[in-house]
Amino acid sequence: MVLLEIKDISYRVKEKEIFSGLSLSVEPGEVHAILGKNGTGKSTLAYLVMGCEGYIPTTGEILFDGKSINHLLLHERAKLGITMAWQEPVRFEGISIRDYLTLKNKEIDPSKYLEMAGLHPVLYLNRMMDCTLSGGERKRIELASVVALYPRLVILDEPDSGIDMLSIQDILNIITGFKENGASVILITHREEIAIIADRASEICNGKIICSGTPLKVTQYYKTRKCEVCAGEECSFV
Amino acid sequence: MSELDELLKSFGEAGGDESILANTDIAHLVASGHKILSRKAVKGIELKAEDTGAGISASIRLLEGTHLLNPVHLCFGVLHRSGIQKINMRIKFEKDSEASFIAHCIFPKAEKVLHIMDAVIDIGENATMRYSEIHYHGIYGGIEVYPKARVIIGKNGRYFTDFLLINGRVGKLVIDYGVEVGENGVTELIARVFGHADDNISIKDKVALNGVNSKGLIKTRVAIENNARAQVIGVTEGNARGARGHVDCMEIVKDDAIAKAIPLVKVSNSLAKVTHEAAIGSVDKKQLETLMAHGLAPEEAVDVIVRGILK
Repeated sequence: MVLLEIKDISYRVKEKEIFSGLSLSVEPGEVHAILGKNGTGKSTLAYLVMGCEGYIPTTGEILFDGKSINHLLLHERAKLGITMAWQEPVRFEGISIRDYLTLKNKEIDPSKYLEMAGLHPVLYLNRMMDCTLSGGERKRIELASVVALYPRLVILDEPDSGIDMLSIQDILNIITGFKENGASVILITHREEIAIIADRASEICNGKIICSGTPLKVTQYYKTRKCEVCAGEECSFV
Repeated sequence: MSELDELLKSFGEAGGDESILANTDIAHLVASGHKILSRKAVKGIELKAEDTGAGISASIRLLEGTHLLNPVHLCFGVLHRSGIQKINMRIKFEKDSEASFIAHCIFPKAEKVLHIMDAVIDIGENATMRYSEIHYHGIYGGIEVYPKARVIIGKNGRYFTDFLLINGRVGKLVIDYGVEVGENGVTELIARVFGHADDNISIKDKVALNGVNSKGLIKTRVAIENNARAQVIGVTEGNARGARGHVDCMEIVKDDAIAKAIPLVKVSNSLAKVTHEAAIGSVDKKQLETLMAHGLAPEEAVDVIVRGILK
């Protein structure tokens, strides 16, 4: 049974149509990479699935476990096991990394999850989640925190952005870890070496999925920038 | 139960460590209303206190070169439903001295209580004072608190203060701190307050950076809910070459509460620099959504954010 099914959704902001008839499905335990140029709506898709405020499909349905979640609030979707790591995670004043990682479950050992994200617990557990963290450090902590939630579906919005080239393996390990835990992953990325570990991939352009298939096929396709859906303005598909 | 035992009991219930009074290595001054219940000085510190009839007059002098390992505990309170406590405090840190003070202000049953603290603090050359004031108020809101301090910091002196009132009702709070900072001196004034119901919070911190290369930070964190009101005025003057000051005010507003922030910046020396930032509003939406995506209910998420800011 499909875990997440996005059925023919459209989403409009004022006069601008972001999606028109977009459909996508994610199987249990599947890592599904989403590719697309800047401004094609990848993050918007993430917010629609997560249920961020103001993000409700104009038409169409988002089904989780076969049930519509269109009108569920964000925290209600989180209770179903959906979570997300934002592209630019926010900082928090007065909350330690230890507290952040154990927000929902005080019983877990936060060290384990920091180590998975390539951070030494001794150096980080008692630090604050504030502006003293670099963008890359904050990103890793966010990834560690969503691993600790053991979600059923996690949306990773450009998990590699702000991460140095040498540490990409840490990100790959985390994505693999989700899969090993049985979680499904929507993986939004621009990097081929990240997308390639997915089970499937899709490219978004002009409000639609224009190509789906193996990560190799879609990344090659993405690089050629071919697209007739956008009349050649975006990617010249033929 | 004696008044001292009763005060200590309330102190303990508020999370304080009652054993500090029995520790002979720790200086303390304990007063309930205008009655001085206990006092102790340790080597390097002179501590005088008396009931003048109009209030408590206290004088504390840290002798030259003294470095106290343990903080000095000041424990003040009014245990009854109504009462007045006025304290005039003179604190002198002599040259090269260093110590921390923790003031516990306990008003567990206050329905009509007035607490006035008027302090004059003199931080000598190379001296450092850290002063934390922690209030434990009851649930009734019938209290008015007026903490006032005038602080003069000498060359290379350092003065750090942290005012905390996040337990119980605030009542009416009027903070009025003024600090003059000398050459290479440093000061940090931090206030954290959580107001509820019809609590009324007024905070005025003023830092005058008068000495060359002096530094000052005013940091205020206020959360208010229901019909509470808050006004925060942070004034920093850069009056000397190399002076650096910053005013940082954040106020979180819920329900029908109303907050104001007024950062005032004045620079009278072209080689001084003072900056300010003020943010007032509801809880940050992205912070809220992040915590909800971690499985917290909206109310839990707001609580985590507010408690973090006030931490």
